[in-house]
Amino acid sequence: MTTGLLAVSYIGASILFILSLGGLSHQETARRGNVYGIIGMGIAIVATAMTGNVTNYAVLIPAVAVGGILGVTVALRVEMTEMPQLVAILNSLVGLSAVLVAIASYLNPVFNLTRPELIILDVEIYLSVFIGIVTFTGSVVAFAKLHAILSGRPLLLPGRNWLNLIVALSLVWLGYEFLLAGHGAVSGPSLLGSLNLDPALMPMGSLGLLLLLIVVLLGSLLGIHFVLAIGGADMPVVVSVLNSYSGWAAAATGFMLGNDLLIVTGALVGSSGAILSYIMCRAMNRNFVSVVLGGFGTEGGTITAGIDGEAVATTHEETAVLLANAKNVIIVPGYGMAVAQAQNAVSDVVEKLRSGGTNGRFGIHPVAGRLPGHMNVLLADAKVPYDIVLEMDDINDDFSETDVVLVIGANDIVNPGAAEDPNSPIAGMPVLEVWNAQTVIVLKRSMATGYAGVGNPLFFKENARMLFGDAKESVQAVLSHLN
Amino acid sequence: MLIGVPKEIHVEERRVAATPDSAERLRKLGYDVLVESGAGAAAQFTDEAYREAGAEVVDEARDLWRKADIVLKVRGPEPHPSLGLHETELLKEGGHLVSFIWPAQNEHLMERLRARNATIFAMDAIPRISRAQKCDALSSMANIAGYRAVVEATNRFGRFFGGQTTAAGNVPPAKIMIIGAGVSGLSAIGASCRLGAIVRAFDTRPEVRQQVESLGAEFLELSFEEDGTGEGGYAKVMSEEFIKAEMDLFAHQAMEVDIIITTALIPGKPAPKLITAGMVESMQDGSVIVDLAAEQGGNCELTKPGEVAVQHGVSIVGYTDLPSRMATQSSQLYANNIWHLIDDLTPEKDGRIFVDMEDDLIRGATVLKSGEVTWPPPAPKVPPIAAPPPATEEPGEELPDKGLNDGIKSVITMLIGGSFLYGIGLYAPTSFMVHFTIFVLSCFVGWQVIWNVTPALHTPLMSVTNAISGIVIVGPLLMVSNSSTVITVLAAAAVFFATINIAGGFVVTQRMLQMFRRS
Repeated sequence: MTTGLLAVSYIGASILFILSLGGLSHQETARRGNVYGIIGMGIAIVATAMTGNVTNYAVLIPAVAVGGILGVTVALRVEMTEMPQLVAILNSLVGLSAVLVAIASYLNPVFNLTRPELIILDVEIYLSVFIGIVTFTGSVVAFAKLHAILSGRPLLLPGRNWLNLIVALSLVWLGYEFLLAGHGAVSGPSLLGSLNLDPALMPMGSLGLLLLLIVVLLGSLLGIHFVLAIGGADMPVVVSVLNSYSGWAAAATGFMLGNDLLIVTGALVGSSGAILSYIMCRAMNRNFVSVVLGGFGTEGGTITAGIDGEAVATTHEETAVLLANAKNVIIVPGYGMAVAQAQNAVSDVVEKLRSGGTNGRFGIHPVAGRLPGHMNVLLADAKVPYDIVLEMDDINDDFSETDVVLVIGANDIVNPGAAEDPNSPIAGMPVLEVWNAQTVIVLKRSMATGYAGVGNPLFFKENARMLFGDAKESVQAVLSHLN
Repeated sequence: MLIGVPKEIHVEERRVAATPDSAERLRKLGYDVLVESGAGAAAQFTDEAYREAGAEVVDEARDLWRKADIVLKVRGPEPHPSLGLHETELLKEGGHLVSFIWPAQNEHLMERLRARNATIFAMDAIPRISRAQKCDALSSMANIAGYRAVVEATNRFGRFFGGQTTAAGNVPPAKIMIIGAGVSGLSAIGASCRLGAIVRAFDTRPEVRQQVESLGAEFLELSFEEDGTGEGGYAKVMSEEFIKAEMDLFAHQAMEVDIIITTALIPGKPAPKLITAGMVESMQDGSVIVDLAAEQGGNCELTKPGEVAVQHGVSIVGYTDLPSRMATQSSQLYANNIWHLIDDLTPEKDGRIFVDMEDDLIRGATVLKSGEVTWPPPAPKVPPIAAPPPATEEPGEELPDKGLNDGIKSVITMLIGGSFLYGIGLYAPTSFMVHFTIFVLSCFVGWQVIWNVTPALHTPLMSVTNAISGIVIVGPLLMVSNSSTVITVLAAAAVFFATINIAGGFVVTQRMLQMFRRS
């Protein structure tokens, strides 16, 4: 394939990627968008693989085949409730690839480059390794947290910000040493050089490679620590941030290889991920920086006003009667619905209500669940038509005219403390104002707090009733009483 | 322990302190339940139903009182007509009793109970804190009384409540004035609004205005400023000028409305006389007054407690047993209130009462503990209504500063960005600048494309961008044919991982999107 054709293919692929992201912005065009992405990726891979200097198909084809089959299998098998984990773990692979490419690229001898170009190449390699490894380890930890291998509680080391600062400063220093030892061979005073390290200590006799491996180690620690310090409630933002990182890693690789397609695509993914994170932070009324610094719900803020009183429990029969007599019903699902896999039972209840002439709808908080839009995916999985699934802003005014609200496994997103108690740690976060409805029934396993660790005065409101138990079993019991 | 539910002996009392349903739930708390034969008959609960609920039915009241450790009643103890004994004498020595007591008005009764070394929980002494609402029998009964007052009024009123346009002519809607918007007043407002009447309500406490309006009634206003909010959600006695203005309002309304329902009570005092004989006279013939304060002497001068009096062509309903006239409903709610109290008194759910005097609810309800008078209770530890949070500081003065800060910040950001770009432009080679231009422009494209995404699609979007970030595969693709084995291995591994991501990411996105459908 000629250079011209390759360039054209890359332009085509870039356009398709942009169309893909654009398509994913709206329900009607979303599926087409995904197809554009697939075509774009196909063009990019085939065109690259057909360039003159790619000859080693014996290695290439098996790697692609096995990887492809593995990816498809996992994607087809995974439960919809495990979507957040899947996105996180897939994301980690991009980071890993970027690290591997960057190291390979450092080992690859270079020709025909001017001195400044070599220096820039070194910087790019260094950044690529660093961003890649943080993406990798961060995503793996996010996966472990989402998959409940690790606890969702934030791990807060004493002086964690200082630790991060020390690691960051060492990384800057390592970067400097790397520039001295790298292709560009910048001249300057070197602490490592003065140590006269034995070349036997260095892998393949290269100080630069040793430094890169140290960066891998430090970056790993940074990535792990970064995600460990973030509470479960902020996980959607973290996944999005890591997603953005994987884009920047791809862009860094693009700079390193002088490949515009990588730069364009990486920048697209990077900036879109950053915007998405920002949109989510705004939905939670959280400062982006404070999310990243971690420790949500563990410091500041007192939980006092309003939490006096006793929650009143209700029964499946009573809930069914209330639902059967209601004209307007809104269901507010949260992470608990995902955990209990209750979406199908919930969908059946709503269908039953709607067939009886009740206006049954869903109200979705932008950060319900562990991924933004998590609830929409689950409900879609349960065959709930998307036009009765409404966003918070569209449905918040309707609660006052609603007879019954079913809150299924949600807590922080329906916490009146956010609106009423200025001392609440989640004060100011926009929430679904379910308490304005005539009756609110909260399905919950216990009186425990949500991920934010904040008590919920909603449970003690006069019009609130608690229906304790596993969400799926409860909903099924209510459904059987409705029938 | 054994819980006994005797038949009420008060004349015309149809309620009962436990229903078959509550008896069953009491048994779940670990108690055995004994019911006097016919106790629920007037409230439509048969002995058979109690037996099915697992309660034992006994014929002899004496038997029941002798066995029961805890007796549940509606009315306070009275002389038993057929046994010739006072119920307090029937009560076990050191036994427990749950019922209405009204200790302030019934000193003799308290004295008799004290002599029996009894522990008494008075349903009328449940403190008015939010936690205790589930036990608040006064509110339950008031709610029923309010509803029943409307039913009594419709019964005696010769016209429709709601207006109608029929072929035979127009029917104007009835006009109702409700005085006092407490629990019973609000209940009456709700019931009459539902029947389609034009409802006006008056209360001395301005804060109930919203509640009145939320039920669909009009809030009558005096052009007079005085807040009538007293303690515990009741009204207090108002000043003379206020009462005069109030009476003027009522006199004016009496000429207009068809029905008046009065619910005005001041704790520990006879009911205020709000409707004078003159006002009754000024009402149209066929009008109805329902006086819910009849037991405390009535809000209307012409009320005869316990009876319906017709004066000047106006029926004045003075029944004092409205809840008892809806015995099934009121027994149900009362029994639930009692059950909640017993539930709180049985922390271990083992059928044993534990009187925790540290608990505000239990402390308030307990008027006698093992023969010791514990009434009146000290003020509850938790204030009934949380103090309003301190007002947040006025942000007004800070605003301009903040704006200025923002301005400075954005200038600084631009300066840093500018000098960064300048530095790059000064030193970076041309080849880099080309890539850099593409990079910056792509960032902006990404930003523009994503900005308007529907939140419902966040997950698929994230998943697809993730798949697309697998484009990093291009790098190892170009390197996999390298002559160095190390590089080839590294590149092959990178290709492998990136492919998993690409394939998995696109497939899972497709799966998600396929599920979205329109109804």
